[in-house]
Amino acid sequence: MYGQAISHGVASGMGGIRTAGDLVARMQITRGMRLPQAKKYVADKLGVSALDLSDATVMLDVRKERGLGSLTEGGEVIGVSDAAGLEAKFQIADLLDIPINSVERFKRVTARRGV
Amino acid sequence: MENPIPTRLGDGSLVHMTPSEIEADIRAGVEAGAKRAKVASLNEDEIGHLVGIFCSASRFSAVDIGDEVTLSFDGCGSQDMGTRVNDLHYYEQYLCADSVEMYHHDYSYKPVKTVVDYEQTVMRQAQSIITAPCGYGAMPDLGRYTVPDGPITNWSELLPLGRIDEARAAQEEAVDHAVDDIFFVAECMAEAGIDFIDLDTAGAAGDADFLAALKAIEKIRAAFPDLGIQIGMASEFVLGMHGELEYDGVRLAGLWPLGQMKLAAKAGVTIFGPAVNVNTGKSVAWNVARTLTIVKPCTDAATVPVHLNGGMGVGGVPMHILPPGDATSRASRAAVDILRLDGL
Repeated sequence: MYGQAISHGVASGMGGIRTAGDLVARMQITRGMRLPQAKKYVADKLGVSALDLSDATVMLDVRKERGLGSLTEGGEVIGVSDAAGLEAKFQIADLLDIPINSVERFKRVTARRGV
Repeated sequence: MENPIPTRLGDGSLVHMTPSEIEADIRAGVEAGAKRAKVASLNEDEIGHLVGIFCSASRFSAVDIGDEVTLSFDGCGSQDMGTRVNDLHYYEQYLCADSVEMYHHDYSYKPVKTVVDYEQTVMRQAQSIITAPCGYGAMPDLGRYTVPDGPITNWSELLPLGRIDEARAAQEEAVDHAVDDIFFVAECMAEAGIDFIDLDTAGAAGDADFLAALKAIEKIRAAFPDLGIQIGMASEFVLGMHGELEYDGVRLAGLWPLGQMKLAAKAGVTIFGPAVNVNTGKSVAWNVARTLTIVKPCTDAATVPVHLNGGMGVGGVPMHILPPGDATSRASRAAVDILRLDGL
C-alpha cells in the first residue's frame, strides 16, 4: 500500500474527492475523455482553472458550496450538513450533465409505486 | 570520478550506480524496447529527462504541480481488515483514489457468476457511501473453462501432443463461455449501481482470452451506452496460444499496446490500461525506459484515456511485494512526464 498506492498518489495523483480528481475521472470513465479534455470540461463546469482542480485549498470550498462531497475526517472537513456519498452524486450528475448509475438506480427504487 | 547514486533493480533491491552507468542503462532500455516492439526510440530530450529523474539521490520524485493525472485502482484493498466496503471507503478517504474498484477474492468472472447476488448487495451498500466513481473488476481468465475446472478440454495439454486443431477449437469454445459470463456479471453489477466494469489482466491466457474480453466489451457497450468500461492488459504483447484469431479483421497474436488500444477502443472501452513487464535483473531505470518506449506510440495515438498499469512487476515498478517508494515514484513521474498519460 505504502510503496504502491500511496507513492503513486503523492507522485502523480490528482487527489480524488480531496480535490476534483473524482470528477475528472468520471468524465474519463463515462465519456472516454482524454485527460486535458476532461480537466477542461470539469474546470469549465466549476468556473475554476485546470490548475485549481488539483488544489485542495480551492476545491474544498467549491465542493462544499456545490454539495459535491469531500473527505469526512470525523466531521472536521465536511459535516452532516454537507452532502456525501450518494447525496453528493446527485449534485455531481447535475453538475457534469452525465447520468450516474447509482443515482438513477436510487430514483428508480424510491419512485412512488402502487398508486 | 563520479559519485555512485543509490538506485534500484527490477526486483526492488538497492544498488549503487554512477550517473554514466544509469544513463547507459536508460539508453539500453530504450533500445531494447524499440527493437522488441518495433517502435521508434525516445528522443534525446526524453532520454535526458529520464536521466535527470534517475540520477537524483532524493528519496522521492513527483510530477510538476498542475501535471497530476487520475489514478484508478484495480481491486481496492486487501480484504483482511474490516469489510470490502471499508476497503473502498479508505481508498477514497485516505488514499484519495480518483476511482475505486470492488472485487471478489477469486478475481475471475467465472467464479463471480455463482455469487453475483452477494456481490450486488455489497455493491449497493458501497454505492450509498462512496462519492468517487466505483466499479467492479475481475479477470476474463479463459483457463478456468478447461477440465477439471470447466467443461472444455485443456488446450495446454492438447498443444504438446500436436493436436493443434482441437486445441484451437477448445479455445474458441471457451471464448463463448467467457463472453456469456462476463456479460452476465456486468449486467448484474450495472443493476447494482456500478460506474464501470473492469476486465483486468485481459489476454492472460493468450489471444483467445483477449478476444473474449473484446467480444464481451462490445456486448456490454451495446447494452449499456453510459457505463464505463475499463480494460487492463496482462502483459506487453498478446500471446498466440491460438494464433489465428482476429477481431475486426486484425490478428490478435503478437499485438503490442498500440494495436491492443485500437481494438479495445473499437470494442467500446472508455479506459485502456497497457501493461509492460519488468525484468528483475535490470535496473528500474532500464525497465522504465523500456516501458515508456513500448507504450509511447499507444499514448500518442490514443482515442480513449490510457491508464498505464503501474503495479508490482509492471510499468517499471519493481517486482517485489513491498515496492520501494523511491522506485515507484520515479516510475510514476517518468510515465506521466514522457507519455503524457491520462492516468495510472
